[in-house]
Formats: sequence, structure tokens, C-alpha cells
Amino acid sequence: MVKSTSKDAQDLFHSLHSAYTATPTNLKIIDLYVCFAVFTALIQQVAYMALVGSFPFNSFLSGVLSCIGTAVLAVCLRIQVNKENKEFKDLAPERAFADFVLCNLVLHLVIINFLG
Amino acid sequence: MMAGGNVRFLVLILAVAICGAASVFQPISDSHRSAALDVFVPVDGSYKSLEEAYEALKTLEILGIDKKSDLSSKTCENVVKVLQSSSSTLKDAFYALNVNGILKCKIGEAGPKDIVSQLQAGVKDAKLLLDFYYSVRGLVLAKEQFPGTHISLGDAEAIFRSIKSLSQSDGRWRYSSNNPESSTFAAGLAYETLAGVISLAPSEFDPSLIQSVKTGILKLSDSIQKYDDGTFYFDEKSVDASQGPISTTASVIRGLTSFAASESTGLNLPGDKIVGLAKFFLGVGIPGDAKDFFNQIDALACLEDNKFSVPLILSLPSTVISLTKKEPLKVKVSTVLGSKAPALSVKLTQALSSKSVDSSVINNQELKFDADSATYFLDSFPKNFDIGKYTFVFKIVLDESAHEKVYITEAQTKVPIAATGAISIENAEIAVLDSDIGSVESQKKLDLTKDGAVSLSANHLQKLRLSFQLTTPLGNAFKPHQAFFKLKHESQVEHIFLDFLGLVEKLYYLSGKYEIQLTIGDASMENSLLSNIGHIELDLPERPEKATRPPLQSTEPYSRYGPKAEISHIFRIPEKLPAKQLSLVFLGVIVLPFIGFLIGLTRLGVNIKSFPSSTGSAISALLFHCGIGAVLLLYVLFWLKLDLFTTLKALSLLGVFLLFVGHRTLSQLASASNKLKSA
Repeated sequence: MVKSTSKDAQDLFHSLHSAYTATPTNLKIIDLYVCFAVFTALIQQVAYMALVGSFPFNSFLSGVLSCIGTAVLAVCLRIQVNKENKEFKDLAPERAFADFVLCNLVLHLVIINFLG
Repeated sequence: MMAGGNVRFLVLILAVAICGAASVFQPISDSHRSAALDVFVPVDGSYKSLEEAYEALKTLEILGIDKKSDLSSKTCENVVKVLQSSSSTLKDAFYALNVNGILKCKIGEAGPKDIVSQLQAGVKDAKLLLDFYYSVRGLVLAKEQFPGTHISLGDAEAIFRSIKSLSQSDGRWRYSSNNPESSTFAAGLAYETLAGVISLAPSEFDPSLIQSVKTGILKLSDSIQKYDDGTFYFDEKSVDASQGPISTTASVIRGLTSFAASESTGLNLPGDKIVGLAKFFLGVGIPGDAKDFFNQIDALACLEDNKFSVPLILSLPSTVISLTKKEPLKVKVSTVLGSKAPALSVKLTQALSSKSVDSSVINNQELKFDADSATYFLDSFPKNFDIGKYTFVFKIVLDESAHEKVYITEAQTKVPIAATGAISIENAEIAVLDSDIGSVESQKKLDLTKDGAVSLSANHLQKLRLSFQLTTPLGNAFKPHQAFFKLKHESQVEHIFLDFLGLVEKLYYLSGKYEIQLTIGDASMENSLLSNIGHIELDLPERPEKATRPPLQSTEPYSRYGPKAEISHIFRIPEKLPAKQLSLVFLGVIVLPFIGFLIGLTRLGVNIKSFPSSTGSAISALLFHCGIGAVLLLYVLFWLKLDLFTTLKALSLLGVFLLFVGHRTLSQLASASNKLKSA
């Protein structure tokens, strides 16, 4: 039983991996970006806060939220750019990218203001 | 003459009763004169400006102090310099002539003619009120000082009208026709100027013009303001005026007196207002500022020197009557500058006691006059004149004989008087009572004039009663202002009670022998007393554990008034920031994922192949990236330095630019990829 489940897991992992390599490069870039952002957020929150504490709370909040926010925006971008997504077929990817840039700029303005 | 009769009629009607608080005003005395020497001190033998020199010299001249010899040489040099130069301003010429009037410097023959012609030209060209003032008043002074020179004012009526055109309907004056702000101080200057024009004019003026000025004076006197103690003053309407009430009132008085003198009529103010104005200046006391001092003395001199309404002031050297000493109450009447009053009599119309305000104790008593000390005094008081606080109401009645000048006084002068006397204390006794029943356990009679040696004993269940009776010299009952009862323990722990039952806790549970001290005092009582009555043994219960211990009294008796312990305020300690190195380390740690991102990108084989090559699109693509970079840079600056508003402004500009460029780039990219797809 255990063996099968582990084999299943391995099979699952392999299939996922092979499917993933088929995705176009664009989307991989975006995925990488998302991972980077989330990872940064984890470092900030978990590691730093656990060690030191969240003294200037506004700074802590703005740091974490900027990472999460930009990750969310990247995910949106990925959804919109993905050609296999039928809902967004008519939307040109450049337009989606422009939206991404604009929203990021607004997010960062708010974050910097809150950083204090 | 009609005018004189009217004025005298006005004077003798003491119609208006002044309802105000009572207070005493002292005329100008020697303390003023010695203060003047301190206030008007020249620097290095001369004053900073001719204006200050004039103020100082005029004040000293009015007060009768002769300091001319010290200052005359250098000041005269300045005066001569100004009067002989042809380019002095009107203001300098005016003050130079004023100083010359006091010091009488030697000016050469040619000097007066130049200055007169300069002033006459100034009058012709004047448009502002101050220009009219300096030039016209300067010509008046020149006419007095140089009687030989011929001075003509040209078209006097036109000048009168043009000065009058700056006036306003509420009696105030504007400084110039451009400036709509009006001021009471300017009104005073204007009246002085108009008086100068009238005196210099060759012929009589149209009486309607003079009448319009008089109605203006009436309107202005409506704006007079009043303090509660009966003094009147003028003040500016606007809050940020440069002239305070002293200088404004002085300017108005100067204007009104010079106008009245030029017209040979009385001041158009009712008598009580004139006395009120005089009292205002006397109430200022001794001013510390040179300008205030000058204004005070100059205004009082104007009030004293005018022929028609010279105010008289009633003052008392001391306002306390002692019934035991049997001294008379002295009253002095003099003019504001301290000179002698004419023959008159002073009547005490009423003496109102503070207890019963309606009925008066003394009615219509005339005071006797002592010619040696020039005081009026009242030496006999009625039998029912008891100690306490009174308000005496005095009235001055001028004798009917003709005077050179016409004097005015207040209708009545109210003065607060305190009468003191010796109080006798009788029937003093101290008793210890059982609390509930009230029966007397032990009772002793006291003689409060001597220190007693009474000894009593009591415990905490009993009450202590001290009673005595105070009577005034006339036999009325008397309630003192202060009555204290003090118990002092052997170890110097003291307690002061106003009511005679102390709490056991307050006594700190100390049993033992206490000294009793009684203090009775009052403003009207001449023999307030502080006496040691005796001792009392108090037997109090044992101290429970929680009660406060008596404070340790140090041996110095005044230490209880020493400084108390210092309270140090603890500010909120700022929270500890983490160590700087830790923050820097974490900064490095944060950068790691970013590097990981870049590495991943390269591994994915990211490229910038679709960067457009043609120049147009290349530029716009480049600008797009630069634009984004600029916005991010702006954010960094915002964090470091800028505030939100400048950032938003810059951001809006950059945003518009970025929008434009981005749109172009992306549309070009889109069209390129479309072409690729379709191809």
C-alpha cells in the first residue's frame, strides 16, 4: 500500500512535470515571478518576524502585502495571457500586460506610502 | 458771552451720576518727576531722533524739571541743521520747530525764511493727512517763534475742505484718500491741523464749515469707551492698530483742545467725560515707555491748560480711619498736574456701609479746610459709626466767585474707606463635653488677652468646645474674618482646624499632651490676637496597623514650606529596534530570491528577441522601459524624501507620458505578433 501510494505520487509528479514543460515560455516566466514573490513574502514574514518581531508594524505589513499583491497580479496576468483560456480569447496579451504594469505601479505607490 | 454762560451752566449742573466702582486716583506727584528723569535718558548727550528729543523735552518742561542745559548743545545742532537744509522732510522740520520752541536755539536770519517757504510749498502739495499735519502745524510754530516773517496760507478754505474731505461719517479720519481704513488717532491729528488752519487764516471761516467739524467731534465722542472704574478713553476700532489707547486718547485730546482754543469755545464734551479722560491718564500710573509717558503728561497738560474745562481731582492720602487713634480723614483736591485748586468746598454726601447699602450713616457733612496743608478734613464721626468697610461719596462744590478758568469736577466721587477699631473679647471659655449627651464634663474660663495655663484632658469619645464673644466698640456683635484653632503635639506635630472637631485619624493616633493656640484676625480689627490657651491631654486609641504614621517633622520650623520631592516625568521609552546588523543581514537574505529569479529566467532561456529593431518602435519601447524605471525611482524618492502631494503631482505627469508611450509600444508589438500569426 505504502509503496503504491509513493509510486502514485511519483507518477503524479512525473506527469505534472512533463505537462509543465509543454507550457509556453511566457507562462513559465510568469510562474517563476510568482514563486519569487511568494518566497520573498515567506522570508519576510516567517523568518524575520519570528526572529525579531514585527516592531514597525506598518513596515512589516507593507512589505508582506507588496509581495502578495504583486503575486496576485502576476497570476491575473497569467490567466489573461494563457491562450487556452477561452474566456479571455479576445483580449490581446499586450493589453493584459499593460494592465499588469499599471496595477503594479498603483500597488507600489500605496505600499511606499504605507511604508512610512 | 453766550458761549461762556453756556459752558458755566454746563459746569454747575452736576447732573450725571457716575455709576461705577469706587476708586482713588492720585494726581501727578514727585514720584512721577523722578521717574521721568529715569525714562527720558539721552544717549551720548543727544536723542536718537528729533521726535524723541521733542517728547522728552516737552515732558520735562511740563513737569517743571530743568535739564535743558545738558542737552541743548547737541540737540540744537541737529535742529539748526534741519532748519537750514532745504531737503529736510516735513516731519523733520515739524519736530525741529517743536524742539526749537522749547530750547530756543539760535537760528540765523536766513533759516526761518527757507523753512517757511518749504512748509508753505508742503501745504500746497499735500495730499495725505500726515503731510497736512506736519506742514500746517509747522507753520503755526514758525509764526510763534519768528514773529517777523510773513506767513500766508494761500487759500485757507480750500485747504480746510481738502482736509475735511478725508473725514468719515462716524467722526474718524482717513490717512489718505486711497486708503479706506479710518482711525481715531488720525482724527486727533486732523483736528489739530484744522485748528492750525483756522488760526493761520487771514479771515473768518464760513460758520457752516466750523459747525460740520463740531458735529464730527460729537460723533467721535460717541465712540468713547469706558472702564468700570469711571475712566473714559478712546481706542482704535481695528484690532491690529499701531496706536494703543494711551496714544489714541492723547491725540484726540490734543486735537480737541487745540480746536477749542482756536475757536475760543469750550470742549464739546460733557464734564464727566473730561474728568473721566483725566482719570484714565492718571490711572495709568507711571508708564515705563517714553512715548506713553509723553502722551500721558502732554494730554494732562492739554486738559489743564485749556481755558474752559479744567478737571479737578479729589484724592485721599489714606483711606483708613482708625477709631482708636481718632485721627481726622484727610481729603485733597487739586488739578491733574498737582497744582492748586481754586476756592471750593468738599461735602461728604453719604457714607454707605457695606452691610446696609441703602441707608447712609453720615449725611451731607461739610469738610473743614486747613489752609496750611491745603487739605480738607473730617474729624467728627457720628456716634453710630462702627468699624467695617464703607463707601464714602464726596461732592465738590465750587465757590461762586469768578475764576480765570472754568473748572469741572465729577458729580460724585466714590471712595472705599475702611474703619478699624479695637474689638473686645468676652466670655471666653473652653469645655470638654461628652459626645452624645452634651453634658459638660469640665469647663474652664479663659482670659484670651493673656497666655493661659489651662489644662484639660479628653479622649476620643468626647468633644471639645471653645466659645467666645467678640464685640465692636459700639457693642454690636462681630464676626471675624479668620478664626483658627491650633493643636500642637509635644513632638511638634501640628494641626490646624477651622471647625472645632478633629478626626482621630487626622491626629495620627498620637496620644499625649497638646498645646492649644487660638488665632483671631480681621481687616477691621486692630487687635487681632494669637494666644496660647493652655494644654489638653488627649487619650486616643491605639494605632491600627494600616494607619499612616505621622510625618517626621524636622527640627527646622520652616522646612514644611520647603520644596517638595521632585516628580520626574517618565516618557514612553521608545521600543527597542533590532540591531542594525540583523537588519542588514536580512536585507541580504531578501535579495537572494531575486537572484534566484534571475537565474531561473536565464535557465528558461528568456530572451529579448522580440525587441523591435526599427527605430521608431525601438525608441518608444526604450522610452516605455525608461518610463517604468522613472516611476519606480520616483517611488524610492517618495519613500526617502518627498511627501505625497509632490509625488502625486510628479506621478501624474509621468503616468501620462508612460501611458502614451506604452500604448504605442504595445500596439506595435501586438501588430507585429499579429502579422507573425497571420503570416
